[in-house]
Amino acid sequence: MGTAGVSASCINMASCSSLKILTLLSLFLSPTIVETNNIEAKAGQFFSSGHTNNWAVLVCTSRFWFNYRHVANTLSVYRSVKRLGIPDSHIVLMLADDMACNHRNPKPATVFSHKNMELNVYGDDVEVDYRGYEVTVENFLRVLTGRLPPSTPRSKRLLSDDRSNILIYLTGHGGNGFLKFQDSEEISNVELADAFEQMWTKRRYNELLFIIDTCQGASMYERFYSPNIMALASSQVGEDSLSHQPDLAIGVHLMDRYTFYLLEFLEDIHPSSTTNMKDLFKVCPKSQCVSTPGHRTDLFLRDPGSVLITDFFGSVRKVEITTDTINLTAPMVHLEDTRPVRELRTEIQTYMDQLPVAEIIHQVKHTHTTNDNNRCLSPDFNPVHTSGLTPPPKHQVVAFLVADWCCLLPTSGC
Amino acid sequence: MEEDALNQSTAAEADISLHMLSESPSGSVVIYVVPESSTVLPEGVSVYVGQRRTALLRAGGQMRVAVALKEVLASLETWIKQVLQVMSFSHGDITAALSDRVRPGDRSREGLADSMRAFKSSPGYEITFSLLNPDPTSHLLHWDVEAAISSYIQPLLSKMAPVANFSIDSQILYYAVLGVNPRYDPTLNAYTLNADSLSHVINPVEARLGSSAASSNPVLNFLLYVPDSRHSPLHITDHRRHTVPSNAFSSPRWGGIMVYNVNASGTELPVDVHIDMRRVMGVFLPQLRLMLGVQSAAPPPGFLIGPCGNAGLADWELDRLMWTRSVENVATATTTITSLAQLLDQIGNIVINDNIAEQVSSAVASLQLAVGQLEVGNLGLAMQYSKEAILQSERAFFDPSLLHLLYFPDDQKFAIYIPLFLPMCVPILLSLLKMASEVRQRPGQGQAKKD
Repeated sequence: MGTAGVSASCINMASCSSLKILTLLSLFLSPTIVETNNIEAKAGQFFSSGHTNNWAVLVCTSRFWFNYRHVANTLSVYRSVKRLGIPDSHIVLMLADDMACNHRNPKPATVFSHKNMELNVYGDDVEVDYRGYEVTVENFLRVLTGRLPPSTPRSKRLLSDDRSNILIYLTGHGGNGFLKFQDSEEISNVELADAFEQMWTKRRYNELLFIIDTCQGASMYERFYSPNIMALASSQVGEDSLSHQPDLAIGVHLMDRYTFYLLEFLEDIHPSSTTNMKDLFKVCPKSQCVSTPGHRTDLFLRDPGSVLITDFFGSVRKVEITTDTINLTAPMVHLEDTRPVRELRTEIQTYMDQLPVAEIIHQVKHTHTTNDNNRCLSPDFNPVHTSGLTPPPKHQVVAFLVADWCCLLPTSGC
Repeated sequence: MEEDALNQSTAAEADISLHMLSESPSGSVVIYVVPESSTVLPEGVSVYVGQRRTALLRAGGQMRVAVALKEVLASLETWIKQVLQVMSFSHGDITAALSDRVRPGDRSREGLADSMRAFKSSPGYEITFSLLNPDPTSHLLHWDVEAAISSYIQPLLSKMAPVANFSIDSQILYYAVLGVNPRYDPTLNAYTLNADSLSHVINPVEARLGSSAASSNPVLNFLLYVPDSRHSPLHITDHRRHTVPSNAFSSPRWGGIMVYNVNASGTELPVDVHIDMRRVMGVFLPQLRLMLGVQSAAPPPGFLIGPCGNAGLADWELDRLMWTRSVENVATATTTITSLAQLLDQIGNIVINDNIAEQVSSAVASLQLAVGQLEVGNLGLAMQYSKEAILQSERAFFDPSLLHLLYFPDDQKFAIYIPLFLPMCVPILLSLLKMASEVRQRPGQGQAKKD
């Protein structure tokens, strides 16, 4: 699926190497041509995309055990994006994060994305920035527009500038013009479009790739009006996005179809590959996905055929060789150690008694005879042990089993 | 006195003695025109640009006969224009500073590359120097980074204090490897990293760099990599397969990496290595200058640009940086406040707190002051007012209370309120009708009774 498209411009690696062969031949003819061609190649790499850093905002808007596949979707995209080079400091991951340690998970601390448990996408180094009840429409819009309270740490902020390419991936349950957040609130397509417009007026992105995997996903990008946005959705308005396959051991559907095939496509991409966006549009045709994936490129200034996948999913840095150096002649001034030398303490420090047992017993002996109301300090008092989990009552267990069977029926993905 | 200064043997000495005579204010350029016969400028050099806002210009051949001042200036006009383009800002610099408001097609490619390379104007920057030692068993590295920073980097940053605040820290990372395998080149008898593979070096390292920054300021990273003994020596080659003398490369808006080769020729492992910080800082300093926006474009023919001096930054370079940064700040603050006003027009039911209104008005006042100072030429004050304007406009725009979550489309309004009010309205309407018909009937009945 990931065939590299050879484009006519010099940006593509294949044509650049042929250009190099040509320059070697023409070396005998005139050295100036070599000079200009190399500058062209270098400038071409610079101008092909105009971005210097990459960010990713990955949001899973569902919670509860039966929405396992949405968390697996998001974590799989997170894993691919990290593999292709974007560091955790540039990824804002919003998950309800209630799958791996859910008491219904037969394999705790794992989230699988493939049948037969081939791939654990939870891994060892997942860094979730917004988890649990922090995944709200308000927080999502705050992250996008940058209107966070001053006490927010760096890892929870989207610190993009005018040269950042941002990948935004949303998944969950959606409808015509809205996306449900954690079963309690919705974000509409107009709000999303306004948020992107505010990002554009403050130049918080250079180019934006918006991918959404929900039912009727195409309705979410209908209202965009800011420049330099490319959008992909897993289904058109009126269609449902379906889930891929259930796993009988875990008891839920593991992934959605669109993201499953998107991941298969991304597994073939490595940091120096030259696959472009036109191949991404072909991912998951109707025969595999049952729904019709859609895309929107009219707001995007560049031709999608010249946009590399790694422009958004990876983080390929532009580099320049340093040619200038400064000859420093002044000698180094060695700093004196100005830190004060602390004298060592000679007295031994001990901890104060945290619980002066002797005093309590002494007091209790007094109070027990005088005041019967103070039962808390009575030595006869047996505290009730409140351990974490108590086994659920039987009727609840039966209800869970019934719900599990319902999940195994072929249902719609939203 | 200036005659004596100009009679020195070299241009550099003349420059220093001229500076000791008078200090030129920030934002000004002083050009000394020397006769053609003067020996202070070397052969073939028409203009010498000093480090302190002065330039020495050699008069052309037409100056043999004493003429009026107007004619002198007219003949030197093209040269003076070129000097001003080099030492002070040019049209291209201002266009680059306003890059957000200029269409992409209007800018030159070099200007575009420059705008991508330097960081945007920010009130502060965080700089981190990291030493990467992938092979601690073979090399025991000693680097006196604190002394090097205070001797070579700190003077530059202190000179740039009116532009921004800087905070520096340093760290050593062990067992940090580059993400790319270098190839062995038998012709050079060394391992090489080609320019094409350099793009993939940064990412695996960046994940391990960490950041102790508590603010949202941009971070510049400078890495010093000492290759492990199995891959020593390691050279960086450019597109033409020539080794790069500085053995360093930089990534725009990120930082720079330098590869430092050591001769681990001792028999006893680990070998003690004292890193020559002067060489290292000699590479990091120009990279730092590029990142911060001090462009060193190639001078026109006939120009000789003097060395930068201890601070690593000439006064006129600082002036140019302050001009462009002030313009950029004013443009950004104006755009921010305009988009805030547009936001308020779009969303009817948004609530603006008093503190936001105050910040906006004080930002506008600072902008007007900054523009006024720029017109007069007081660079220091203009920079200060523009920084205040930026801070206040950003604080107003990014205030957390401006988040608008109330979107009520008309069809949803009808869909929500009609089922609520229609059932209630039906009995009300019916009873109103009944009352109206009763009122109409009563005067008729009263008349009938009277009759």
